[in-house]
Amino acid sequence: MSSIGTGYDLSASTYSPDGRVFQVEYAHKAVDNSGTCIGIRAKDGVVLAVEKLVHSKLLVPGSNKRIMTADMHVGVATAGLVADGRYLVNRARDEAKGYRDNYKSPIPGNVIAERVAQYVQAYTLYSYVRPFGISALIATYDKSGPALYGIEPSGVYYGYYGTAIGKGKQVAKTELEKLKLSELSVEEAVKHAARIIYTVHDEVKDKDFELELSWICERSGGVHQFVPKDLADEAEQAAKASLQEEMDED
Amino acid sequence: MKPGEVDLGTTIMAVQFKDGVIVGADSRTTTGSYIANRVTDKLTSVHDRIFCCRSGSAADTQAIADIVHYYLQMFTVEQGKPPQVHTAASLFQELVYSNKDKLSAGIIVAGIDKVDGPSVWSIPLGGSLHKQPFAIGGSGSTYIYGYCDAAFKNGMSKEEAIAFTKNAVSLAMSRDGSSGGVIRLAVITNDGVERIFVPGDQLPEFWQG
Repeated sequence: MSSIGTGYDLSASTYSPDGRVFQVEYAHKAVDNSGTCIGIRAKDGVVLAVEKLVHSKLLVPGSNKRIMTADMHVGVATAGLVADGRYLVNRARDEAKGYRDNYKSPIPGNVIAERVAQYVQAYTLYSYVRPFGISALIATYDKSGPALYGIEPSGVYYGYYGTAIGKGKQVAKTELEKLKLSELSVEEAVKHAARIIYTVHDEVKDKDFELELSWICERSGGVHQFVPKDLADEAEQAAKASLQEEMDED
Repeated sequence: MKPGEVDLGTTIMAVQFKDGVIVGADSRTTTGSYIANRVTDKLTSVHDRIFCCRSGSAADTQAIADIVHYYLQMFTVEQGKPPQVHTAASLFQELVYSNKDKLSAGIIVAGIDKVDGPSVWSIPLGGSLHKQPFAIGGSGSTYIYGYCDAAFKNGMSKEEAIAFTKNAVSLAMSRDGSSGGVIRLAVITNDGVERIFVPGDQLPEFWQG
């Protein structure tokens, strides 16, 4: 559904005659060309999974993580321009800390999602800045339970039981729709997230990738952390195996 | 206190009971030895189910309560749900502590919320925050520490809590020159706020000699 916005696409402060802001749409393209991110809100926690494409064998494994923490109970995964992602998470950290200072209480999921989304939206208003080239998945766990929010470059955001962003988002969302997300346990969600990342990964176009898995749940004490190695390895093995199965079927 | 500044001499009190909290206070405001207001309302609402009891400088505590009231309104509108009592108390604390060298304010915050139920929070002069089953404050409170410690019980009924508060404030009023007038009470439960007025001639009576 591409179209050229000749003349109306030079700055974010210009509408096209059919009411589009092309700079924001171009920002979406940056997201769609990046490695897939998946978020699943299960019964008792939230899982984030990232297909971190590795473009050089010289890179230290496990460096340049795409999943970051904004507060004890808030995790963020981004797809798109990595540097923009870092910058946005910094803002999320400031918001979370500011909330704690004011109200002596951890920031609720819906509040931090709105704050970050408003911030992203602000960058779509002016010609002297460019919109954020990222979509962000925010996973939170507070008194009202687990929550997952997705924010797009336009600043629009929604609460999800499951969603995906990046290259393989269509395939991933199709896979997610097959699951009964609200009945999954967080351990099952980890397995599914790993499996889906492996499913959407394109072996031909992108050779190497690292799977990043993180969660916040009761088991992690409400703290956002990378999924413990044993469970993560188990999930990754199962993902590889199921991919093998798929390939063997005829 | 600055010369001519109005002082809420005061006895204030808040008590947590089974279904809510009671806040109570005397009604005397003084400028020196002149009673500027003998029917003062020292129980101020900062939200639907959150009250504060004010002691110290009348101006300071009114200003602080107004600011907290504003913050809690914004909180409710922005977040779509009422604030917890703990949140209100933290806002009071922040203001009192950061401005401790300019203010003379002893405040007790009490109310009920969905998350923690009823709670009482005391914020004395320095700006520290103390969660307590009941709290007393103001110049008159010094005379009733013994009575309160002896008479308080956890999980009282509404009637028992009202009687406890009324008696304590009355005893303080009879010993403290800066406390007197009438007793004002407010009973805060999930069902709402019930204000009770005890005129000076209906105060609980104790040994007068």
